[in-house]
Amino acid sequence: MTELGNIRNFSIIAHIDHGKSTLADRLIQFTGGLTEREMSAQVLDNMDIEKERGITIKAQTVRLNYTAKNGETYELNLMDTPGHVDFAYEVSRSLAACEGALLVVDAAQGVEAQTLANVYQSIEHDHEIVPVINKIDLPAAEPEQVKTEIEDIIGIDASEAVLASAKSGIGIEEILEQIVAKIPPPAGDRDAPLKAMLVDSWYDPYLGVVILVRVMDGAIKKGLNVKFMQGGTEHLIDRVGCFTPKRTDLPELGPGEIGFITAQIKEVEQAKVGDTITTVKNGATKALAGYKEVQPVVFCGLFPVDANDFDKLRESIGKLRLNDASFSFEMESSAALGFGFRCGFLGLLHLEIIQERLSREYDLDLITTAPSVVYRIDLAASRTDEAREIYLHNPADYPDQNRIKVIEEPWIKATIYTPDEYLGSILKLCQDRRGVQINLTYVGGRAQVTYELPLNEVVFDFYDRLKSISRGYASFDYEQIGLREGDLVKMSILVNNEPVDALSMIVHRGVAEERGRGMCERLKDLIPRHLFKIPIQAAIGGKVIARETISAMRKDVTAKCYGGDITRKKKLLEKQKKGKARMREYGNVSIPQEAFIAALRMGEE
Amino acid sequence: MALALYIHWPFCLKKCPYCDFNSHVRAEVDTGIWEQALLADMAFEAEVTGRQQLGSIFFGGGTPSLMPPALVEKLIRRASELWDFAPDIEITLEANPSSVEAARFADLAVAGINRTSLGLQSLDDKALKFLGRLHDASEGIAALEVAQNHFDRVSFDLIYARPEQTMAQWQSELGTALAFGTGHLSLYQLTIEPGTRFATDFRQGKFQLPDEDLASDLYAMTRTRTRTAGLPAYEISNHARPGEESRHNLTYWHYGDYAGIGPGAHGRRGGVATQRHRKPENYLKAATDQGHGISEERTLPPPEQAAEALMMGLRLAEGIDAPALARRFGLREGSVVDQARADLCTKLGLIAREGDRLRVTGRGMVVLDSVLAEIAGPDLMDTP
Repeated sequence: MTELGNIRNFSIIAHIDHGKSTLADRLIQFTGGLTEREMSAQVLDNMDIEKERGITIKAQTVRLNYTAKNGETYELNLMDTPGHVDFAYEVSRSLAACEGALLVVDAAQGVEAQTLANVYQSIEHDHEIVPVINKIDLPAAEPEQVKTEIEDIIGIDASEAVLASAKSGIGIEEILEQIVAKIPPPAGDRDAPLKAMLVDSWYDPYLGVVILVRVMDGAIKKGLNVKFMQGGTEHLIDRVGCFTPKRTDLPELGPGEIGFITAQIKEVEQAKVGDTITTVKNGATKALAGYKEVQPVVFCGLFPVDANDFDKLRESIGKLRLNDASFSFEMESSAALGFGFRCGFLGLLHLEIIQERLSREYDLDLITTAPSVVYRIDLAASRTDEAREIYLHNPADYPDQNRIKVIEEPWIKATIYTPDEYLGSILKLCQDRRGVQINLTYVGGRAQVTYELPLNEVVFDFYDRLKSISRGYASFDYEQIGLREGDLVKMSILVNNEPVDALSMIVHRGVAEERGRGMCERLKDLIPRHLFKIPIQAAIGGKVIARETISAMRKDVTAKCYGGDITRKKKLLEKQKKGKARMREYGNVSIPQEAFIAALRMGEE
Repeated sequence: MALALYIHWPFCLKKCPYCDFNSHVRAEVDTGIWEQALLADMAFEAEVTGRQQLGSIFFGGGTPSLMPPALVEKLIRRASELWDFAPDIEITLEANPSSVEAARFADLAVAGINRTSLGLQSLDDKALKFLGRLHDASEGIAALEVAQNHFDRVSFDLIYARPEQTMAQWQSELGTALAFGTGHLSLYQLTIEPGTRFATDFRQGKFQLPDEDLASDLYAMTRTRTRTAGLPAYEISNHARPGEESRHNLTYWHYGDYAGIGPGAHGRRGGVATQRHRKPENYLKAATDQGHGISEERTLPPPEQAAEALMMGLRLAEGIDAPALARRFGLREGSVVDQARADLCTKLGLIAREGDRLRVTGRGMVVLDSVLAEIAGPDLMDTP
């Protein structure tokens, strides 16, 4: 156990590409956590998907042991927080485990809007911010100007900002010194009843569920019987330790410390992010503040392209779920798609990650149906059924329109930070998505705009559109603000006169025609030409509101094919045949898998 | 079915920008060494196939009209010793329609060539230039006349659906072509093959091809026009007066056995697929060292053979006898042709079925690749 005064817990705030991962690697290397040989590039992002997308999904920590110039040895816990609005709650818990943050700003690029949003979040948690100006060895570096920017835009003192280059190893020691000097040590009482915050958890095939904790009061050690205050379960701690970043067992974790525990837990569902861990005997009576039950907000169906893969899909989803309690699933069957699962996610990115992991790690070809939010509907009585309330999260279950008395949809309050040059397009985007502007303020050359938006307008591609129109500069954060009544209808898509379940969606009547037209246009591009012409229609009830036609293929023939061409030609045929096998068929029309989700992206409007 | 023999001569004076055949430009070619190599390679094939009837020989390339007639003669004579020539054996040589080569036609005819296929490619000077050909239209037409004087049967190639080509332009060019009165014509739509100079130029937007609609119309018009002239399409791109079809190429489309020698040549005989070394120098070394030029040899499982037979057979106007094809490879008809898909294509007018015969219609021919992907049976594609 380390004395409180010698502990520093911090996160790193950086715009994408400003060098967060490289800096983390350098800090680990400098303090001797890993030898040069052991450093695989960017130690922290574990999953392939994390590395590729440059986003962090699971919180991670690394403990650095640093002997400062004053001769004292410090325990520095670096917290790598998840980095996407879908995981906003997980981020808030990671931040709550720290007392400070390194603010890394690119010496050539300056402060970015996304950074700003994260800094504000950090400041909300009363963090001490240590500015670091990175990449100072770039020819275009302008550290003095960046200092001024930090002071003007963020409003913190940047006179002592560390000038560093993580890539070249410049300023690393100075950063460590400032962490020690500026970030306050954690508070905590060793003699008080145990209170540890559950920061995150994941499934390890050898250890079971591994839980990342920040001890607030008391100490946690092997053999202790603990209680999860929100989850209500009790467990026997069988392992305590930290990551250096190698997993290292410790006798205990004392107040202020961050580390991991295991307790023979089989499912991450039992280890809820934000829960308070205390002892069974003489435990704390009051749980830590800030706990929220995480609820999936976006739902979609996942179906195997090949019906024979259903069991494999069930098994794979089960395995993923072991490591991700925030997504839910239940079996679903559809006339056209056969058996699959209705799954709930924290957001569209979360959905894409799960879908990608299923196809990549478990080699499954999947069809994803149109994402939907949960609607509350008051149904009038019918001859066979009494009046009642239903929650609808699958457009396929949409009831008879005549029975619907009231339909309500979830709304969110969205906060967007953006350089003001993109403000116009962003406001238009929000308006187009039925947004209601609440607030608009300027901070330096940046704007902060607050909108209330229906969640179903956000789940499809709002975030992608926002990123694209602001060239990656705008940041987006949201919270749910409850249900509101809306004039909503179910829109069906018919391909070759057959309804395609997976593409039906619930939309606001006012935008239905436009959405329908957009869907038909996109499908026209996404579905390859066939040997016959294919009508594509959008309809509400029996009324067609938009229509496109894919004309029949006119020419597809190999002009020359002699003795020497057979092998190559047959390979082409096999490829074509395999391609078809990966598509879904509706009324003799093969729809490529990627068309299902791509059709929903509203694109340039 | 009699055996067919293909002999590849890989050398050209210049590579054409559209051509992806195995062709090479070399300053000097030692014919003596090549003669030894090709003769050895041929003897090797004869040993594998055994002594059987040979129905055709085809000299392809490259530019086989650059071969010394004496070499052609030696190869034909050796073949006649190794196999039994069918009484009406067809011996074709692909020729460049230049004045230099035309001067050799008489000698080539004496050497045993009885059919020639001339790479005319176009009757329009501008188009010939675009296609990178060394001859102009009048030189090509002159060479055609010489060929018609020396060989029993003459065919020539034209490339159409060229950039900016209109229906009217092609109709007139095709009319001129038909007026030469040859019994056979190969009419290919310009195809951009990967790895060619045209592939690069096309990617860089240096020229554009007719769109799908125009290309389709050009194809339909070509079929009508040639049929009226008495040379209907007997294959996707090949037209002949009845009886004048290329017997050698029919062997490919009937999926009969053929031996292929020379650099890059492919063969199919006794269910075994062979390929020769592509690079001339590697081929020579292999033929010299191991007595044959084979670089790859693979026994094809019956479903794979059936897939190839189906793919080739449906290129022909006569189509296939589906049950017979299935029987030939010991398969069920249902695993060769997907019946439900075939029914759909029949309804769409893309294929026609008469008794056991299944053939692709004129409308279907222009989309044959898609039709094939549609109707090829489920078991045909489980090949490595």
